[in-house]
Amino acid sequence: MPITYTSNEQVEVYRFNVPTAILIPLVAVFLQAFVPLKLHFFSIFDLPLLVVIFFAVARRSQVSGMLTGAAIGLLQDALTPSLPIGVYGIANTVVGYGASSLGVKIDVENAGSRLLVTLFFYVVHEIVYFTVARGMVGLTLHWSWPHELGSALANAILAVALFALLDRFKQRT
Amino acid sequence: METFIGRYRNVSILAALLFGQVLGLAMQVQRPTENRPTRLIRIWAVSAVTPFEKGIVGLQNGVAGLWHNYFYLRGVRQENRDLRKKIQDLEIERVRLNEDAEQARRLQVLLGFKEQFISKTIAAQVIGSSGSEQSRSVYIDKGSRDGLKPDMPVMTGDGIVGKVLRVFKSTSQVLLINDQTSGVGAILEKSRLQGVLRGTPAGEIVLEKVMTDEPVQPGEHVVTSGGDQIFPKGLPVGTVTRVSPGAELFLNIRVKPAADMNRLEEVLVITQEEDREPQVADTEHLRASDILAARLPSVPDKPATPPAPGTNPTTPGATTTGTAKPTTLPTTANAKPAATNGSITQLGANANKPANTQSEKLATKPPVRALTGIAPASQKPVASGTKPAPKTLNPASGQPSATTVRRPAPADGSQPANQAPANQIPADQNPANPIPTTPPPQDQPQ
Repeated sequence: MPITYTSNEQVEVYRFNVPTAILIPLVAVFLQAFVPLKLHFFSIFDLPLLVVIFFAVARRSQVSGMLTGAAIGLLQDALTPSLPIGVYGIANTVVGYGASSLGVKIDVENAGSRLLVTLFFYVVHEIVYFTVARGMVGLTLHWSWPHELGSALANAILAVALFALLDRFKQRT
Repeated sequence: METFIGRYRNVSILAALLFGQVLGLAMQVQRPTENRPTRLIRIWAVSAVTPFEKGIVGLQNGVAGLWHNYFYLRGVRQENRDLRKKIQDLEIERVRLNEDAEQARRLQVLLGFKEQFISKTIAAQVIGSSGSEQSRSVYIDKGSRDGLKPDMPVMTGDGIVGKVLRVFKSTSQVLLINDQTSGVGAILEKSRLQGVLRGTPAGEIVLEKVMTDEPVQPGEHVVTSGGDQIFPKGLPVGTVTRVSPGAELFLNIRVKPAADMNRLEEVLVITQEEDREPQVADTEHLRASDILAARLPSVPDKPATPPAPGTNPTTPGATTTGTAKPTTLPTTANAKPAATNGSITQLGANANKPANTQSEKLATKPPVRALTGIAPASQKPVASGTKPAPKTLNPASGQPSATTVRRPAPADGSQPANQAPANQIPADQNPANPIPTTPPPQDQPQ
């Protein structure tokens, strides 16, 4: 079993085959665009962001994490007509980089750490998104901590279930 | 330098990626994206995602249709009976409204109005959304292949929904009216106050640019004003739910949209509108005064007294339908009303000035005589009224007041439709509901 060593800690690095690496983000973006039409509350979730975090912590490569984040973010931007392309891209790039950096240092295989990591990076994502959207694009957005923390918790809980599902597609290097 | 980049390779890549995106973002923000071709990445993304959405929506509709149309038919007979009864009721209502509409059209012809018709729509299925809480937009399954173009209005049976933002080959993006980048010209139905409808970050709708001193009540309906050149005038938008003072002397008016933005399934895209003058048969011989006279309260007949020339013998109260027809009217049509040449606003303004031209002279004639030709004895005019006044007078000051609205009460007289110009209709009056706004002067001929 190939193992990489970082700071005297033993962590596993996973990879994904190409169809999986392409299809999972596409399905996530598709579900994010489709499901809120039927279940309006679903718009509180951010499936593409969860997929970015999952790939980043599983691959444990900063370059791979930020590229995945940028690609998925730009795809989200492209489907969001009233926003210029790049707002989600920047936010997801930062999250991809951060999550992969964290994944190198700590174990993110158990449910508890996944919950906390997702909670943290959801808030990071929102902060970056709001900063870019307000500072650069000039959108009028209102920051509400209760709303953001509630959304972060909901996404973190969903992430625990989703990551367990996506673990099936992981391949050990 | 190479060592530095090699040492901080990941951070350098991160910086480069972020810099590239920020640069791209800055270019997009600097140059507005309106009137520019759609970016390739948007086309790719839409092409990749929408086929799945179309497929799933089609499958879902197929299964639901099979179930509802062939299996789940409980209560259909009762529903059918109820609907038949409703159709009968609606048919009666339709006839009544049709007569009103005909009359409104005749007035519009006389006043030189042009009607805006929605002449063509395309039904479309909503197949996806942006998936973002910050952006309120949906995707529909019709595109340029079906004749859709950007900026076409989108609505449901309940009210407007949004406008087409981008058009692809077989799909289109629709920007909803509750998106914060959206703007719709709107007007309050009763108070006729105009404003701009905008979305909020929370997905609500507010009516902006209405001054704080204006009386706006919750429950009032909001319709499109047509001022944005996108939505035709008069389409339902929603209902005022809350009114509070806003910033800079403007009210903050919350509007609940008529269409349910969270449950959009089928929408109509208005693909063609046209301005055309209303077509009414034989309106050439019809005068606004006759139409307005027909609208006045019922007046009993006087069999002993022969009707004066120009008298409309029919009872107006019973005649929103037929009394205004040219055949029942006296043959005074040669004195064509001046209003046929101009708008009511223009003529209403002229009524205050000395009459120089023939049309202005006509415009300065007493309005009630112009409208009805009678002076109801039971009703005292507001002002002393020894002279025919072109408009009402303020009771306190005796100065002309253009805002007093009074309906003359029926008296004993008939309604001679004199050679009165139609241009005495006040400018602020809806031609579709012509009620004379001015009390009669006392020295009117009976």
